Amino acid sequence: MIPAAFDYIRPASLDEACHVLRDADASGNDVKVIAGGQSLLPLLRLRLAYPAALVDLGRLPGLRGVEDRGDHVFIGALTTHDEVLRSPAVREHVPLVALATATVADPAVRHRGTFGGSLAHADPAGDLPAVAVALDCVFIARSAEGEREIPAAEFFADYLETTLRPGEVLIGVRVPKLGAGWGFHYEKFTRTAQAWAIVGVAAAVRTEDGSIAEARIGLTNMGSTPLRARAAEEALRGLSTAHGDSGVTIPGRVHDPVRDACGQAAEGASPPSDLHARPDYRAHLARVLTYRAVRAAGS
Amino acid sequence: MTEQLDAGLIGEKIAESGQLSDPGDGLEVGRARRRKEDARLITGRTTWTDNIQLPGMLYVAFLRSPIAHARITRVDTSAARGRPGVVAVLSGRDFAGEQGSLPCAWTVTEDIVVPDHPPMAADEVRYVGEAVACVVATDRYKAADALEAIEVDYEPLEAVLDMTEALTEGSPKVHEAGNRAFTWKFSGGDVDAAFRDAPVVIERTYVQQRLIPSAMEPRAVVATTDGAAFTIYSATQIPHVLRVMLALTTGIPEHLLRVVAPDVGGGFGSKLQVTAEEVLCLLLTRRLGKPVKWTESRSEGNLTVHHGRDQIQRISVAAERDGRIRGVRVDLLADMGAYLMLVTPGIPLLGAFMYNGIYKMDAYDFTCTGVFTTKMPTDAYRGAGRPEATFAIERAVDELAHELGMDPLEVRRRNWITHREFPYTTVAGLTYDSGNYEAATDRAMALFGYDKLRAEQADRRDRGDPVQLGIGVSTYTEMCGLAPSRVLGSLSYGAGGWEHATVRLLPTGKVEVVTGSSPHGQGHETAWSQIAADALGVPFEDVSVLHGDTAIAPKGMDTYGSRSLVVGGVAVLHACEKVKDKARRLAAHMLEASADDIEFSSGAFTVRGTSQGKTIQELALAAFAAHDLPDGFEPRLDADVTFDPENFSFPHGTHLCAAEVDTETGMVRIRSYVAVDDVGTVVNPLIVEGQVHGGIAQGVAQALFEEAVYDTDGNLLTTTMADYLIPSAADLPDFITDRTETPATSNPLGVKGVGEAGTIASTPAVVNAIVDALRPYGVDDVPMPCTPERVWRILADSGAAPARPAAAGWGGAGESEGGLR
Repeated sequence: MIPAAFDYIRPASLDEACHVLRDADASGNDVKVIAGGQSLLPLLRLRLAYPAALVDLGRLPGLRGVEDRGDHVFIGALTTHDEVLRSPAVREHVPLVALATATVADPAVRHRGTFGGSLAHADPAGDLPAVAVALDCVFIARSAEGEREIPAAEFFADYLETTLRPGEVLIGVRVPKLGAGWGFHYEKFTRTAQAWAIVGVAAAVRTEDGSIAEARIGLTNMGSTPLRARAAEEALRGLSTAHGDSGVTIPGRVHDPVRDACGQAAEGASPPSDLHARPDYRAHLARVLTYRAVRAAGS
Repeated sequence: MTEQLDAGLIGEKIAESGQLSDPGDGLEVGRARRRKEDARLITGRTTWTDNIQLPGMLYVAFLRSPIAHARITRVDTSAARGRPGVVAVLSGRDFAGEQGSLPCAWTVTEDIVVPDHPPMAADEVRYVGEAVACVVATDRYKAADALEAIEVDYEPLEAVLDMTEALTEGSPKVHEAGNRAFTWKFSGGDVDAAFRDAPVVIERTYVQQRLIPSAMEPRAVVATTDGAAFTIYSATQIPHVLRVMLALTTGIPEHLLRVVAPDVGGGFGSKLQVTAEEVLCLLLTRRLGKPVKWTESRSEGNLTVHHGRDQIQRISVAAERDGRIRGVRVDLLADMGAYLMLVTPGIPLLGAFMYNGIYKMDAYDFTCTGVFTTKMPTDAYRGAGRPEATFAIERAVDELAHELGMDPLEVRRRNWITHREFPYTTVAGLTYDSGNYEAATDRAMALFGYDKLRAEQADRRDRGDPVQLGIGVSTYTEMCGLAPSRVLGSLSYGAGGWEHATVRLLPTGKVEVVTGSSPHGQGHETAWSQIAADALGVPFEDVSVLHGDTAIAPKGMDTYGSRSLVVGGVAVLHACEKVKDKARRLAAHMLEASADDIEFSSGAFTVRGTSQGKTIQELALAAFAAHDLPDGFEPRLDADVTFDPENFSFPHGTHLCAAEVDTETGMVRIRSYVAVDDVGTVVNPLIVEGQVHGGIAQGVAQALFEEAVYDTDGNLLTTTMADYLIPSAADLPDFITDRTETPATSNPLGVKGVGEAGTIASTPAVVNAIVDALRPYGVDDVPMPCTPERVWRILADSGAAPARPAAAGWGGAGESEGGLR
């Protein structure tokens, strides 16, 4: 497929990029920011998007790389998925990011696609948005007016829409370190290895003395934005982890209350319907997968 | 050194997996040669059709119908004509006088309805994706952009999507003549007697979902003319058939039309076609006097490459209580789509002779009705009719085993043709020349660990494990090596089934093999070289294989139906024999001996009992010089052979699949897969291995992943690879493969063909495994593809806990398993 014609702008600096975006907005031009292009290019090629211009940030200096900043890890927006995966800071301090990133598409995509691009694209079927909401990441946006912090819970507005303002560029994300006692798991359900998640569950669980002290659960592809499974999180608090049934029935064994709690994982969600799953099946999967993710994270 | 090392490793790997390695007899046939074409194919040093650039080339883009069924009331091309770089914009009416009708070469009955099929729709569109206009521009971007400026007004008509409804009175019609294309019947034995008072009758309906062939190389066409003669390059399997058909369709005389199939990147039947785009590109180059090119996008391909399968099969099996099958009855609806393309109606008939499988029975009855719908036409797709038949009988035999409480392999044993009974004429009238089903099955069971897996299955059932294990069996055979021309004639096919080969000894002793079987990636150049090297006693490296260009290989029937080796390879062997006979005469003359006293060994002709001799290379040079030849001897060591086989060939084998089904999510995971195939003599074990692996992958894909989905308005929903799922290596298990080798008796190489075997065998093995896993839940079928959602819903609808009691103790399921319990 061949995209419709568009103008191509490659600003030399972040400031210039911000100005270009602001001017485009002021003149009513529909511009799209492109970095790795792994999500946007297919939309262009299928002629599902017709931007007047692409603003290519791919080679801007200073937006690429991972830094350990004490209480959080800062991931520059242009850091590729592959670089995220190879980052010792990510693997050591925010392993949930690595677990989810490892499931993104395939190696070719992970070498071009960027961390920030994937989040700013705001596809609820993407793997990273659910992680961002589960970990309460903080998004840093820059515009001609300066920098602004956006909590993950406020970043995703709707399907493929964020609360970034016209003229704002996502420059990086603060991923909080959760500290000792936390375990993590990303449970992704797909029909083929390279496909988008039908449902994904990003779980962070803190256990204390054999009980769940705190659980954070982010859901992929269970609505028009990534969601937190708040009801399940609440229900899990304080439950003993002793009765893991691993799905296997052992006669006489007490059933696992964690499973009951995870039964609330889809509450409040309005999952999409497509060729791979209808909403009730997605809701079912969210419950099953949440149990598996929580069990894996809390073990 | 690297070369040797790699070859060694591969040999070792094959030896490990129990495959034949270098037989060590000095012969090429049987040796795991790496394919000589691959370095060229995978390093960008080849010519795919889309790589061809000609001076002054123009680019074609097609506007395609967005509506399944409509009358075209207006096409306005004026705005598009004014777009930059646009050379021409044409609609169907502009082609009206010259475009003719796309051919159907297999009119299976006298009264078959063959609708007019204009390459570009002029008055009415009948499927989404049908071409309604085209832009020719100076580059492909301008052509694509200008498409958006063409205005087409449609007056919508009712879509026809469901085969059963299409046959009802009052259904909207795809064509004026009605929606029934044909009904074709076939029977052997007294089927009513077989079913009368039968102690057991199994009746099932299976749906062969519609599939979209996804060759790695999309279709592409380049057409050019010098003002008098025409050349068309196309990513096609059938340059020779295409030449004849294009000449008949466009009126361009056959001798002024050259067809070239350059290196072709896969086809699986989808490039066994005379396409609208080929005809239209040829007409465009004639009209404009310039070369034109069209290359499809993947989405365009999903819409308009001919689709495969799409049948509803009603199968009944009558049997005795001891499992012996008395008879089989099949009633088939086959979706033709909107038109009959090259061999559309014949595809289900290729399965007609296969519903009896490897089993003995007294009677068989087959009826097939071809139905028009407003969808992309269907046609050949890997296996073409035989996977469908094999699926139905192999699924039904498993159902019979379940009904009788017998092991599925035991039921098969009680019915299959034993190795002592070959040659065996089946109830469908085919004579299976050779085979050994017992040997293949024994080997497969040993590799699979059948008994151990059955024990694990029982254990999981007892424990109520949410991940259940199932074992699927498929003991398949197929008819391939298409085909004896007289048989094709009796089935009303429009052409023969012969194949042509030319073998030329060049003056320096090198060999050119010209084959009419045009490859699309199967490795003909390597395998044909191995055959010729053995036959002529020349080094493998001294043979080159020419193909795929009607100016170079003027005669051929091309490649499909696992025919290349069985017909084309045998033609090469015969041509080599003819060359050798000539060389023997020449050697006798030069050595002043009687031809009867000349022995041939390792490329040299010697006088029996002496050391006097001439190498074949020396003879080649002598024939070239022509100074001293026997009387009446033409100065050439060449030969042509057109070989028509006497019978089909019948590969067979036993495939065993162990599948884990997660009853909580519906996800199916293939735990292990064993394939023991008998494809007769193996020319190149590496190529065979590749065909088996790819074939199984494609069959598993039908079982688990692929489905073309049209919505209720007739829009194709699976136009991208995000929607139409094709498994990659990451989604497939390691295949354990092995072979038994029962040479075909119907050809001198003993070969049977391997291109389709894996696909034919694997689909029922996988689905049988899934159903076997879910038997305790009262499940006796899962429609394909067995997606997680589908499996989950079937379990939910079964509304029951597993039949085994242990699972009742499974507590704590909570709301999440509500559907399952």
